[in-house]
Amino acid sequence: MALTTAPDPTRPDPGSVRAHADRRGSGRVRHSEGLAGYVFLSPWLIGLMGVTAIPMLLSLYLSFTNYDILTPFSEVEWVGLANYERMFTADPSYWHAVRVTLTFALIAVPLKLAAALGVALLLNRAWRGVGLFRGLFYLPSLLGGSVALAIVWVNMFNRDGAFNSLLSIFGITGKPWVNDPDWALETLMVLAIWQFGAPMVIFLAGLKQVPTELYEAASVDGAGRFRQFRNVTLPMLSPVIFFNLVLETINGFQGFTAAFVLSNGLGGPVDSTLMYTLNLYITGFTDLEMGYASAMAWVFLLAIAVLTAIFFSTGRFWVHYSDGEDR
Amino acid sequence: MVTPSADASTAAAPPTTPRRPGGRPVLRLLILVAIVAVVLYPLTWMIGTSVKSQEEIVNNVGLLPERFTPGNYTAGWSNFDVSFGRFFLNSAMVSLLTVVGNGLSCLLAAYAFARLRFRLRGMWFAVMIGTLLLPQHVLIVPQYILFRTLGLVGGEWPYLPLLIPQFLATEAFFVFLMVQFMRGVPRELDEAARIDGAGPYGIFRHIILPLSRPALVTTAIFSFIWTWNDFFRQLVFLSQLEDYTVPVALTLFIDSTSQSAVGPMFAMSVLSLLPVFLFFVAFQRMLVEGINTSGIKG
Repeated sequence: MALTTAPDPTRPDPGSVRAHADRRGSGRVRHSEGLAGYVFLSPWLIGLMGVTAIPMLLSLYLSFTNYDILTPFSEVEWVGLANYERMFTADPSYWHAVRVTLTFALIAVPLKLAAALGVALLLNRAWRGVGLFRGLFYLPSLLGGSVALAIVWVNMFNRDGAFNSLLSIFGITGKPWVNDPDWALETLMVLAIWQFGAPMVIFLAGLKQVPTELYEAASVDGAGRFRQFRNVTLPMLSPVIFFNLVLETINGFQGFTAAFVLSNGLGGPVDSTLMYTLNLYITGFTDLEMGYASAMAWVFLLAIAVLTAIFFSTGRFWVHYSDGEDR
Repeated sequence: MVTPSADASTAAAPPTTPRRPGGRPVLRLLILVAIVAVVLYPLTWMIGTSVKSQEEIVNNVGLLPERFTPGNYTAGWSNFDVSFGRFFLNSAMVSLLTVVGNGLSCLLAAYAFARLRFRLRGMWFAVMIGTLLLPQHVLIVPQYILFRTLGLVGGEWPYLPLLIPQFLATEAFFVFLMVQFMRGVPRELDEAARIDGAGPYGIFRHIILPLSRPALVTTAIFSFIWTWNDFFRQLVFLSQLEDYTVPVALTLFIDSTSQSAVGPMFAMSVLSLLPVFLFFVAFQRMLVEGINTSGIKG
């Protein structure tokens, strides 16, 4: 953005560059870019191997064992597919966690995106206050993932919380929503939707890219406001909708903090907030069944990969790129 | 910032506004103000509750306390055997070191990807993009086992498992953000420096490093906020009370669910959000636009 003006004032003094090159001892290093490439890349490569690749392989191996952190590696037993069998056939709480997570993502993500798009449309007809509103709406996205806000949320939807006092204005007697198995997950959904600001900002940027001539042409053709939205805004915005949908769904699957805080790390009441990642955490770090938890992690990874693949393969039917390469 | 959107609005508005000039904008403003109220309500309620006395917390659910009770803050500060000052220091240290680690290591990797030609670059770049969507929950169990085997969990300095990955550019989002940024830096500058005898290191030091400041600042702000708010990794890797960071310490309040702790719990929650809020006030524009550009380019 600022690049067109930035280079000049900061332009390096040629003398210092030369001096620097000399100091480096150009003869030895040879300035071979290939070597330099790997020198600069080395921290990332070490990280890729040590923090990502090797742990992933280790986790794959462990998923076929009964490893718990207490027994030494030498005594780890290979159990074949037993962990996966148990997961799919003999562990009702696993399927329960899958259901909770899917319910959460299927309801919270579309509502969050709808809220984000709706508010973005309201804000897009800009006037002077737009910057302020945009900032205020974005604030929950910065704060909402924290433990502190989850604590506030749980108390807000508890018996003596602000939500019930709001209901009492309308003569409705509320209940401790967070302690009710039928409602606890819903309070977490509201928390997720409350953070609509981040996708909204991306929608706003997308809306600004829509060529105004398209609206002019549509209104000349007699298209009303709704048809303009349906036939101009939505198709032009589809790449951004797609981007937000993929990102928010993957994020939605990983919800952990609020569920942990609401249930004090147990997934309650009556397992109603047992999100997948919380179940994984309990299995691995409370029950110490790390082999089994590794199997869960791999199924989770595969599920997300498959989901992303589905998104991308169906995306070409409804995502329009304005460079004319759609469909 | 406002100009491009103003263009869009004037062009998009004609079919609707001429009918009822002034009417619609007012309605729109009212709706927006209502949404602001909904968005800000939990935050104001949180602040209000943090200065309410115990009986008011139960009996007065309004936004403001009848009697201002700042005592919750001192009570919360020393509610546990270790004071919250220690937890804040721990959090600040982890967050600031993460900022340094991410800035350094991601910048190096991004320079290699954006500017240098080396064998398998395309493949490594694809791998880096692949790790963008990799959930941290998938890696937490084996990482825990590895760091524990190395004696780093609960070791001499228990923050190493949290920090080592950050010094190894594992936050692919920032690498990607910086690569995108560096691609916008004119290559003529590299050429000029090369003619003056600079090699890949000189170009990095004298051209890319100074010009990447905006990307570095964005990375720093987001690393700080994300780490400050992060709970999952800190929960897994920190086990001693005196090592706890603020988010982990806050969950101790939930364990002791006695009603008397609600005020102090809210007070400490407010304090814990304060740094993020200050960052928001100071860098609001940059945060909003930062997520913007990085998002759109993705």
